[in-house]
Amino acid sequence: MNIVVIPAYNEEKKIGRTLSGLLKLDCIDKIVVVDDSSIDNTIGEAKKYGVMVLKHSVNRGQGAALQTGHEYAVFSRADVVIDFDADDQNNAQDICRALEVLQKEKLDILFGSRFLDNRSQIPWSKKHIILPVSRVINYIFTGVKLTDAHNGFRVMGKKALEKICISQDRMAHNTEILQQTKKFGLSFKEIPVEVKYHRFGQGIKGGMEIIKDLLIKR
Amino acid sequence: MLYIQSILLIFFVFAIIKVIMRFRVGDLRLSGLVLWILFWVLGGVIVILPDSTFYFAKLLGIGRGADLVVYVSVILLFFIIFKLMVRIEKMEKNITKIVRKETLDNAVKREK
Repeated sequence: MNIVVIPAYNEEKKIGRTLSGLLKLDCIDKIVVVDDSSIDNTIGEAKKYGVMVLKHSVNRGQGAALQTGHEYAVFSRADVVIDFDADDQNNAQDICRALEVLQKEKLDILFGSRFLDNRSQIPWSKKHIILPVSRVINYIFTGVKLTDAHNGFRVMGKKALEKICISQDRMAHNTEILQQTKKFGLSFKEIPVEVKYHRFGQGIKGGMEIIKDLLIKR
Repeated sequence: MLYIQSILLIFFVFAIIKVIMRFRVGDLRLSGLVLWILFWVLGGVIVILPDSTFYFAKLLGIGRGADLVVYVSVILLFFIIFKLMVRIEKMEKNITKIVRKETLDNAVKREK
């Protein structure tokens, strides 16, 4: 069973587009939206599409919402989990190709990268300053070199799903997943994915928060 | 007695009363009660007899007793902040666990 996990917080305007893109795919079996205690109508919008909606009663952060989704997926006997952004940034068409790669190459985990092809129109400052710095920080904390950092698109096989446990409740979970991938000797690969930019995303302040979380919560 | 000494002593007495009240309502353990009362009494002694710190300052190679008080206070404050951060972090993790369990339990109930 292939389950898509979508952590969502105040995404009532974009969750519909995200879900309608995903519902066209025939390579996924279930979609789970984990609402992280949104104050808007994210839940109502998601329910319109008939997907499974889980709700955090208190806002705990994206990492916490993902882990809740992963635990639900384990409970639902998922073979593969696809982490996907709620804000229509990812391209649903990348999922089926990623699943093929995971199965064909017998990998444990795939990380999406917006730098492996030229489909993503990345803002200049993000492409040349923020993401290169993030890559270096990722490398310092994990010892793993990736072309992208903090990409919400991720595909995890059963072994990765059982081994990886996200304890970083906020945005530092990306780096933590990489740390655990290395720690448990999981096989991984980066695959090209498209990232659409509707807004800037995490800026320098967000980056500083991630470093703080990584240093304090180790 | 200087004004500042009187103000500090009144504050310390107020702090001791608060500590006792916290202990009586069960917010503080006996060890905490003893530790905090000792702390504020020691503060009172230093305020009444400022020269009492001189001996210990000299022992540690610090020129003035007042400097020793500042150094010890700073170290103590950092330690307390560290302890608080660890405690807050632990509480955050526990909140996440409770929220997650509630979420998953509700999901299981709905699926039954």
